Formats: sequence, structure tokens, C-alpha cells
Amino acid sequence: MKRIWAWGALTFGLLYFFLPLIGMTNFSLKMRRGEYSFDAYARVLADPKFQETFGFSVMMALFTILFGIFLIVPTAYWVRLKMPGLRPYIEFVTLLPLVIPAIVIVFGYIRLYNTSSWLPLTGTTTGTNLLLMFGYATLALPYMYRAVDTGLRTIDVTTLTEAAQSLGAGWITILSRIILPNVLVAVLSGAFLTFAIVIGEFTMAALLNRPAFGPYMQLLGANRAYEPAALAVIAFGITWACMGLIQLVTRFSKHTRAQR
Amino acid sequence: MQSDKTSVPAATVTMPVRTRRTLPLNWLGVLPFAIFVTLFLIMPTMKIVVGAFQTPDGSLTLDNIRGLFTPSIMAAYWISIKISLASAILGCIIGFGVSAAVVLGGLPQWIRGPLLTFSGVASNFAGVPLAFAFLATLGPVGILTVFLKTQLGLDLRLLGFNLLSFWGLTLTYLFFQIPLMVLIITPALDGLKREWREAAEILGASGPQYWRMVAFPILFPSLLGTLALLFANAFGAVATAIALTGSSLNIVPILLFAQIRGDVLGDPHLGYALAFGMIVITGIANTLYIWLRARSERWLK
Repeated sequence: MKRIWAWGALTFGLLYFFLPLIGMTNFSLKMRRGEYSFDAYARVLADPKFQETFGFSVMMALFTILFGIFLIVPTAYWVRLKMPGLRPYIEFVTLLPLVIPAIVIVFGYIRLYNTSSWLPLTGTTTGTNLLLMFGYATLALPYMYRAVDTGLRTIDVTTLTEAAQSLGAGWITILSRIILPNVLVAVLSGAFLTFAIVIGEFTMAALLNRPAFGPYMQLLGANRAYEPAALAVIAFGITWACMGLIQLVTRFSKHTRAQR
Repeated sequence: MQSDKTSVPAATVTMPVRTRRTLPLNWLGVLPFAIFVTLFLIMPTMKIVVGAFQTPDGSLTLDNIRGLFTPSIMAAYWISIKISLASAILGCIIGFGVSAAVVLGGLPQWIRGPLLTFSGVASNFAGVPLAFAFLATLGPVGILTVFLKTQLGLDLRLLGFNLLSFWGLTLTYLFFQIPLMVLIITPALDGLKREWREAAEILGASGPQYWRMVAFPILFPSLLGTLALLFANAFGAVATAIALTGSSLNIVPILLFAQIRGDVLGDPHLGYALAFGMIVITGIANTLYIWLRARSERWLK
């Protein structure tokens, strides 16, 4: 009896998730009348706007990840090593982007960094791109910080640092050759999650008027029938790949640790 | 002062002078982070919060907040709250059902891993593509709509269902709400100890009694906390709503989006107040979540 209920609940859940996925896949294949074809995909992939916006978003994601690593790994390391009393406060701050909606943050950016302000970032294209990257880094902050901090918890930061120092290593060597390789798995999971978030982000890019993938998808959705479904399949594939990679690096790290 | 504590074992005995000298420099290590957070998180938010209480020439006022209490803006908040609440409650119930089925329902163990991975993917699959997926499924020519009409003779539109409505948006939000619930509640269900159930049975409790008097009170803070989190999650969602409905549904994020784009309210400071209202609502929901989570950890550690 209990098992029947359990199967029922699971089936309902699975149906809820697979129906939209089947729906979008099916729809994306129906561009040619009466038969299944990959026309919608071909049309999307050949669209120069697609290549342009997708390339832009990939670049933004990579820069955001690099910036996030440079900002968060040293900070999380330093807090663990020298100022553990600060941890609860930092953790609280890193959770704020989950509390304050992205649309509010970007609204603040527009008002704070417009052309007539003390730091006119929105005045130039590079400045706006920079601002967008900072925005993405803010959105990714909760995930990135948590991932790195969890990674640091599994290693003995103090001992490693002291050992490196007694061998004559400076801070940069310690960070890049001791700490980073040790938390690489955690950093990579944070990075893939950041990638998944940035690649489809809509609100910030749209309001800062940057040609990113999210606004492109929305525009296409408002004007076309079959292409959006193909885009949704592609976007789902990217999310799936990012999550799969996180699982993969985590599993990989477990194996290397078990062998030791 | 903190650095004294951490570096004491090695340094106190031999060279206390050196620890004292490096003390003030410790702050430099978190300086880049502090600057980043101040510039791109705290200051923009403060700008909005302060702006909500200012007139265009900079003096303090409550008029902007009062301006929120007009019928059209109140209606926008109300429908936003209704959608967020409905999708959070349904997400909690369904997510709990799925999670309980896997953890306690005696299903094969191998289902668990894939389910959690899939939940991770689905809870991150929000935004514009999600709207497309639902349009292709429940839209006017969606696969489910067509199937129901041709095979079962059920015309969803005649039944009054429209994807661009309260229920349509709620159903769409559920796609990321349910997996989020599964991700959060599964560890909590794992924390229910076998011994508690056995102890209850020895004392003569029936299944429902065990659930009502032991398991549910223990899970209650996490359930309520997750409800608050899901609420905030739905309340801040912009992209899905815009891609799904354009601007036909008057919810707060869409209204704010239009306001930032083109000042539709005709008063920039009313826009600040609108955004401030969003922060207050998601802030309350998240505070509830954090507080209740701390409570639930007492038992479920």
C-alpha cells in the first residue's frame, strides 16, 4: 500500500518534469510540416545574432568565473586563516544576493553608475560590460563562496600555509600553488554553476542593454514559433551539461582521495 | 583581536612582538572583497532604499511609500504574492510527496541519486527557456493541449485555462519550485531517525499518530522555512514571467521592469518605492527561512 503511494508520487513528479521537456523537444522538431526535422535548430544555429549573443554570454561567463575566483578564493582563505571571527558576517553578506532580487540590484546600478555620477560606468560599452560582469559576480556570490568555503573546510589551511612559509613561499605562491589546487574541485563546481546562471541570465543584461543570450532568447520568443523551442532545448542541454560536470569533478575527486 | 587567537600556538612563546606588529594588516586581506561588496551590492541597494524615502530634490518624505497604496500597484503586489504563495505551497506539498516517496516509501535505492541530480538541473532551469518549454506544452498549440483536445475531447481553453494567467504562471513556477523543495527537504527526511519511529511504535503509536505527533513537529520548522524560501524565489523571478506573458500580467517584477525601462509610473521615486517593497517582502521571507532553519537544525543534525 505504502509502496503504491510512493510510486504514485514519484510518477506524478516525473510526469511534471518530463512533459514540458518532451513538449519543447517535440515542438522544436516540427518546423517542417508533417514530418520531424532539425530545421528549427539549423535556423537558430545559422542566425548570426545567435552566434553573436551566445559568444558574448560565454565570454561574460568566463570573465565572471575568473573574477570570482580571484576575488573569492583569497578572501575565503584569508578569513579561514586569519580572521575566523569574521566568517558569520561574510557568510551573511554572501547570502544577500539571494534576498535582494536581481532586478533591484541592477536598478541600483543604473541609478548609481549612470553617466552623470561619480563613476560613469554605463557611459561606455566597456564600462557597461564591466558593470554587467560585476553584477553577474554578485549573483554568483552565494554559490561561489559557499563552494570555496566548503572546499577549504576539508583541508588543513593553517598547516599547509605554515609548511609553505617555512619552505620560503610567498602569499601568491601559497595561493596559486598550494590552496587553489587543493580546492580546485570546489572552485570548479562553483564555476560550472556560475556558467549555468550567467549563460541564460535575462534581467541584468536586458536592463543594461547588452546583447546577451537571455535577451536574445526573449526577443526570439516574442517573434517566432519554433525557434524558441529549439533554443529551450539547447539551454536545457547547457544546464544539464554544467550539472553533469559538477557531478563528474566531485566524483573524480572522491576517487583520487580514496586512493591515497 | 581574532588573529591573536589563531596564531597563538606557534608565536606567543617565541616572538609575541611580531604578532602584534602584523595585527592591523590582517584587514587588508579582506579589503578587495569589502570594496566589491560595498560598491556592487550594498551601495546599489542603499541607493534604492534611501531613494524610496526621498523626493526628487533630496528631502525626506513618506509620499513614495504612500504612493504604493494605489489600487493598481496594490493589485500588482497582491497578484505577485498570490502567485508566489500558491507556487510555494504547492511546491512544498508535491516536493515533500516526491521526496518522502523516495526516502521513506520503500522505492529502490538507485532512484535517489538520479532524482537529486535531476532536481539540481531542474531547479536551475528557470528563466526564458522554461517559459518556452511550457508554451510548447500547455500553450495554444502545445503538445498536452493538442493531446487533450484530440484524444480526450478536453478543450483547455473552453475550460478557462490560459497559460498567461495566475494558474499558468503558478504551474510554470512549480517546475523549479518542486525540485528546490526536493533538494532541501530530502536531507531533513534523512535526518528522521529510525529509533524515533520504533520508540513511538513500542509506546503504541499508530502510523498517523507517529507522523502527527513526532515526525511532523520535528519537520515543521524546515517545512515552513522552505516555504518561505520558495516564496522569495518565486517573488523575485522576472525572466520567466516576462518571456511567458510579455507584459500582459501585471505582477510587481514586470511592473518594475517596465518602470526601469521607460518610467511607466511617471515618477522615478515611486520606482524606488516599488523596488523597496520587493526587498521588504523577500527580506521577511528569507529572515523567516534562516530563523526556522536554525530551529530545525536542533533536532535534525
